[in-house]
Amino acid sequence: MEYLSIFFLETYKILFLLIPVLVSVAMIVWLDRRIWAFVQKRQGPNVVGPFGLLQSLADAFKYIFKEIIIPSSSNKVIFILAPIVTMTLALVSWAVIPFSATQVIADINVGILYLFAVSSLGVYGIIMGGWASNSKYPFLGAIRSAAQMVSYEVSIGVIIINVLLCVGSLNLNDIVIAQKNIWFVIPLFPMFVIFFISALAETNRPPFDLPEAEAELVAGYQTEYSGMMYAMFWLGEYANILLMCAMGSILFLGGWLSPIETYPFNLIPGAVWLIFKILLLFILFALVKAIVPRYRYDQLMRLGWKIFLPFSLVWVILTSSYLFYYNLLPVN
Amino acid sequence: MLAHAIFFYTFSFIAIISAIMVTVSKNTVHSVFFLILDFISISCLFIMIGAEFLGMIMLIVYVGAVAVLFLFVVMMLNVSQQKSQWFSSRESSKHIPVGLIVSVIIFFELIIVIGGWKYKPDIDTAMVLNFDNNISNTHSIGYVLYTDYIHVFQLSGMILLVAMVGAIVLTFKQRSGIKRQFYFKQISREKADGVEITQVESNKGVILDD
Repeated sequence: MEYLSIFFLETYKILFLLIPVLVSVAMIVWLDRRIWAFVQKRQGPNVVGPFGLLQSLADAFKYIFKEIIIPSSSNKVIFILAPIVTMTLALVSWAVIPFSATQVIADINVGILYLFAVSSLGVYGIIMGGWASNSKYPFLGAIRSAAQMVSYEVSIGVIIINVLLCVGSLNLNDIVIAQKNIWFVIPLFPMFVIFFISALAETNRPPFDLPEAEAELVAGYQTEYSGMMYAMFWLGEYANILLMCAMGSILFLGGWLSPIETYPFNLIPGAVWLIFKILLLFILFALVKAIVPRYRYDQLMRLGWKIFLPFSLVWVILTSSYLFYYNLLPVN
Repeated sequence: MLAHAIFFYTFSFIAIISAIMVTVSKNTVHSVFFLILDFISISCLFIMIGAEFLGMIMLIVYVGAVAVLFLFVVMMLNVSQQKSQWFSSRESSKHIPVGLIVSVIIFFELIIVIGGWKYKPDIDTAMVLNFDNNISNTHSIGYVLYTDYIHVFQLSGMILLVAMVGAIVLTFKQRSGIKRQFYFKQISREKADGVEITQVESNKGVILDD
């Protein structure tokens, strides 16, 4: 009985988080397409509902009623498992995102490691989908994405080390509270820029969308997918993008802290500030998609291994020397 | 503790089943996927005994990086050769005795280690480290890793570095005849040294130097 009540309470909390996340994923797709269109002096989706807000809903209905085609030569179990893995991994990581000091499902000690681990698992959905399709283009897309995501994870890891040196804890709430005086985006600005670019590469966004480069690989790892399974890949991808934006705002933009701790601003709940920061980062993501041409694959690898990795390693040494010299290391 | 026990048995059951499946599944890619499942359930077990740092590092290092490279290599193999022919004939089962010997040795080593913990309880007090239950295990690893064990830690890092450099040196071949791109040269190219305008006489053509 006791377990049952805990179970229902937790399920209620999880649903209360996941349903807004899924709805905002749908809205964010609309926002992405609108921003993309405005940069190119087009209108974008503006027909369904006010300002075209219901466009994603219409798309979702289309996907639901389309037939799911499973290629006869594919590996069926893994083929079906791939979108499920992508979607699940994109959603489980929201468990540790703190929306305020208390509004978090799992306030674990190693929150940032959990986020990093789950985002590094995200590559499996893509590899499984690409391999199980048993077709050339998906396979090439899967191979590209595996190499790309593993490379950029390295620099994201080193950037996280930079932030952790200033915090002294792996708990996400502690990371947010450590930015009470100054957001880490100011002292660690180069790291923020590298994090942003690595997040673009990690989520396969343009200009690093080589796994699904439509000019070369049809649609990359998604080529053989149709109907709701394609939509799940797509939802998972956008949920991952939102998650990366949330991670960036927690690590560098002060999470749920308000920018000015004075009277009219501190009445606004922390969740609103976090959502506002996530949206800000997402608009940057969308603008980058609209204005930057796609990278070539060797340029992508060069950027990851030869520029970002050495630069962020040097920055780790600089940060730790600075903190050590001025005796600012967070030792408890 | 009922929920704890249920979770423990679920994860250990999945771990053992997937470890068996790694060796017996016909398709090599399936084997790697079962290996990943095994890693994930082992890290869940680590988290359950309170070693959350170890569990997460296991996920990041083994599942996020090592297994991806594994999968990468295995997927590159020819698809028709991926069906493993193990146990199908006497010829293809030669490796079984060797594997059995190795696994028996590991099994006895495990018995010795676990027996030491179980039948000699004073081994706890003989340990060099003293645990403080008030701090998280991430902190306690940090306290000893960079102080008491700094040399061992650095040495293992050096071994990994040497292995990495060695692997690169062994496989690196200086190939000739590759067209390399130099970014600085490409960017600093100007119209004057890139384009040559020639007046072509009719019916004569021009000879271009390559």
